[in-house]
Amino acid sequence: MKNLKYLIAGALFGIVLVKSEVISWFRIQEMFRFQAFHMYGVIGSAVVVGMISVWLIKRFNLRSVNGETIVIPKKEFTWGNVYGGLIFGLGWAITGACPGPLFALIGSGLPVIAITLLSAVAGTWVYGLVRNHLPH
Amino acid sequence: MEFLKQPWPWYVGGPLIGLFVPALLFAGNKAFGVSSSLKHICAMCVPADISFFKYDWKKESWNLFFVAGILMGGFIAGQLLNGQHPVDINSHTAELLKQNGVKDFGGLVPQDIFSFHQLLTLRGFVFIVTGGFLVGFGTRYAGGCTSGHSIMGLSTLQWPSLVATCCFMIGGLVMTWLILPYLLQL
Repeated sequence: MKNLKYLIAGALFGIVLVKSEVISWFRIQEMFRFQAFHMYGVIGSAVVVGMISVWLIKRFNLRSVNGETIVIPKKEFTWGNVYGGLIFGLGWAITGACPGPLFALIGSGLPVIAITLLSAVAGTWVYGLVRNHLPH
Repeated sequence: MEFLKQPWPWYVGGPLIGLFVPALLFAGNKAFGVSSSLKHICAMCVPADISFFKYDWKKESWNLFFVAGILMGGFIAGQLLNGQHPVDINSHTAELLKQNGVKDFGGLVPQDIFSFHQLLTLRGFVFIVTGGFLVGFGTRYAGGCTSGHSIMGLSTLQWPSLVATCCFMIGGLVMTWLILPYLLQL
C-alpha cells in the first residue's frame, strides 16, 4: 500500500506535535503575548532545518525514493495570502491550534476538538462556495 | 523511554518538525502541508457542484493518510507517552489568563472552555465552533497554514509565504491583545 508511509510519517509528526507541546492552547497564548521563546524556537528551528535540507537537495540534485527529480511547487502571491492570513491568525489565537494540531488534539484524548475540526472543514467549504466573490 | 515521557524542549521538537520537509519530498515529491486535507475532505464528502471542489481528490489521498497518521500519533503520544499533563507556561501568562477567567490549567487546553459541556454556552461555542471556522476559512483563503506556508514555504524561500506568515501573526496578535479578553469573559 503506497500510502502507508504517509500514515507512518503522519503518526511520527503527531507524536512530535504533542511531545513538544505545540498543540497546547497555552503555548499559543504565551507566543502571542511574547512571554516565552518556546514556539518561536520550535518554528524557527524547524524552518532552519527545512531550509538546509532543501538547499542540500538542490545542491546535490537529490532524488526521491522513486528516482524522480524533486520538484518544489511555487507559491504565487495572491491578496488571499494577506486577507486569509489575517483571518486564520484570528482563529489560531482563539482555538490555539492550526490544522495539524487539531488532528493531534483529537487523538490525544480531546474528542470535543472534532467539533472544531468539523467547523474548520465547514469554513473551508464556505470559502470554496464564496471564493469567486472574494478579493484575491 | 524516560525521555519519551518528558515534554520535549523546542530544540528537539523544532528540528524534528523541520525534517518532515525533506522526508515528504524524498518519500514521493510531496509538499509538507496540512490544511489541504480539509479541502480534500470537502471534495470527497460534500463537493456540492462547487468548482473549487471538483478535482480528483484521490490523487491527493496521501495527504488524508498523513492527517489520519497525525490523529494516531496524537493518540500514541497523548495516551501512551504521557502527553496529557499541565503545560509549564510562563507564570505571567497564567496569571493574565486567570484574571480573564480561565480556571483549568491541568492539560494541553483549558477544559473549562474546550469541552462538550461548554459547547452549549456562548463562550464555548465561540471558542470551539467559531474559532474552527476561522481557521478553516482563513487557511484556505491564504492558500496554506503554519505547516504549508510558515514551514514549507519559508524553507523554500517563497516570499508569499513570508507575507502569509506575517499576516498569521498580525491576526493572532489582534485577537490575543484586543479581542480575546472580551471573548474569555463571555
